[in-house]
Amino acid sequence: MFGEDQLIPISALQHWLYCPRQCALIHVERAWAENRFTAEGRVMHARAHDGPDESRQGVRITRGLPVRSLRLGLAGECDVVEFHPGGRILPVEYKRGKPKSHRADEVQLCAQALCLEEMLSASVPGGCLYYGERRRRMEIPFDADLRDLVAAAAVAVHDCIRDGFTPPAEYETRRCGACSLLDLCQPQALRFRRGAGAWFGQRLRAVLSEET
Amino acid sequence: MKRHLNTLFVTLDGSYLRKDGAAVEIRHEGETKMRVPLHNLEGISCFGWDIGASAALMAACAEAGVSISFHTPHGKFLAATRGFTSGNILLRREQYRRADDEAASVAIAANMLAAKLANARQVLMRAARDHGGKSPERASALGQAADAIAVRIGLLGRAGTLDSLRGIEGDAASTYFSVFRHLLVNHDPLVRISGRSRRPPLDPVNALLSFLYVLLMHDCRSALESCGLDPQCGFLHRDRPGRPSLALDLMEEFRAFLADRVALTLLNRKQITFADFRTAESGAVLLKDDSRKQVLAAWQERKQDEIIHPFLDERVTLGLLPHLQARLLARHLRGDLDAYPAFLSK
Ligand code: SF4
Repeated sequence: MFGEDQLIPISALQHWLYCPRQCALIHVERAWAENRFTAEGRVMHARAHDGPDESRQGVRITRGLPVRSLRLGLAGECDVVEFHPGGRILPVEYKRGKPKSHRADEVQLCAQALCLEEMLSASVPGGCLYYGERRRRMEIPFDADLRDLVAAAAVAVHDCIRDGFTPPAEYETRRCGACSLLDLCQPQALRFRRGAGAWFGQRLRAVLSEET
Repeated sequence: MKRHLNTLFVTLDGSYLRKDGAAVEIRHEGETKMRVPLHNLEGISCFGWDIGASAALMAACAEAGVSISFHTPHGKFLAATRGFTSGNILLRREQYRRADDEAASVAIAANMLAAKLANARQVLMRAARDHGGKSPERASALGQAADAIAVRIGLLGRAGTLDSLRGIEGDAASTYFSVFRHLLVNHDPLVRISGRSRRPPLDPVNALLSFLYVLLMHDCRSALESCGLDPQCGFLHRDRPGRPSLALDLMEEFRAFLADRVALTLLNRKQITFADFRTAESGAVLLKDDSRKQVLAAWQERKQDEIIHPFLDERVTLGLLPHLQARLLARHLRGDLDAYPAFLSK
């Protein structure tokens, strides 16, 4: 069980799955750079969180609901939670762009569900991801695999933050190209991470060997 | 008003900066002069005594990580606004730990000084090549000094203490300044230099250099701030309250390559002449107010030149160099790099 001041943001799980280094840069080193992608994501979120709670055909819709899980040590906010008549609880998360190959979005949604389950002592068997580019909902069942993935990511992020360790960069064109922290991270420079000293010595010798 | 390197320079006295949605709006005498989205900016630098900013803008800037700094019309730093210090506590702790550890400090400082001396040597060799044909005597003086500096660079690698590093650096610096006059071509005989004098500068060339070093120091200080390092805790320069020791450390590698070369260009092209200086009763020589503007303009211009960064192997503007080196230093402190790769010019 975690204490309330040990909770980490649910968004950290997503960062971790995208790139552990990105997660450490944001949550350990607290470096934050906003690029177009994150800026657009925020505008979209502001829209989803905006507006009052409402009821539609007996479904109560709550926006920006704060949730936490002391078991997993997570805290965050649900974009939208629908409470259906008959007791079905359905979290919905809004995403810019389209479904991704990694499971970060599903993990985030499932983490919200696990928080809801703990707080409401209810079961939340599935949720929905809404992708802005496709303009449609995708149903996500929270199976045992996904739940394990959430728990494992939560443990990994807690370890990372406790140790204050930033994993080294592995440069990957596609991933790093879309990363908001590219300029801070400088993954290309880290190619030399075990050789910065050697590089400096060599370069110094080269510069000095130039004739006067 | 001008944008450069994602910094907005506001030079129009009487300007008022305010928040307009997600942008900064610059108003002057009731008119909107410019709007710039905040997310495109790293900093806003105001040069003038009568420039103001709204609290709402400062809050938005603090949140977006945009610094707002205020300078005199001549560029002297006055104050800056910022939000809460961001959570780089681990980085800062590591910085303090290393600064308390002499061997760790020596390792960083030795690279900084090696780069400083190598870059100074490059300036001498470049002049020897460019002007040497006309004056073999000058070329040989420059060449000898360059060789002497090369020897000192070799010694740096073997120095085990900060004091010995400082001694070696001091020797090399006096060698460098002893031939500095040979870098001035066809110059006004009144524009002279005899060794380095700082407090106060005792000749026009020293006055010009001192002014440029102040500009450079502020760039280094901002660069360190923006990547979460404490500009006051140095490795080579000792702590002294109020002294930006790490900024002084960082600027070493850029003195010759950035500041000295701007000074030489201005003097050799006669864009700055004896008439641009005045001598105070004490013998101190000062750059006149109007001339400072011209130096500032030349400095900004130089910062837009581009090179391939030797370590990153990327095309970058010179203005970005202090920022990139500050980041590399932070990377070294965090353990991503096994040494600090100081900037070595070609
Ligand atoms: S730039 Fe690449 S390695 Fe660095 S944090 Fe982003 S994704 Fe990870």
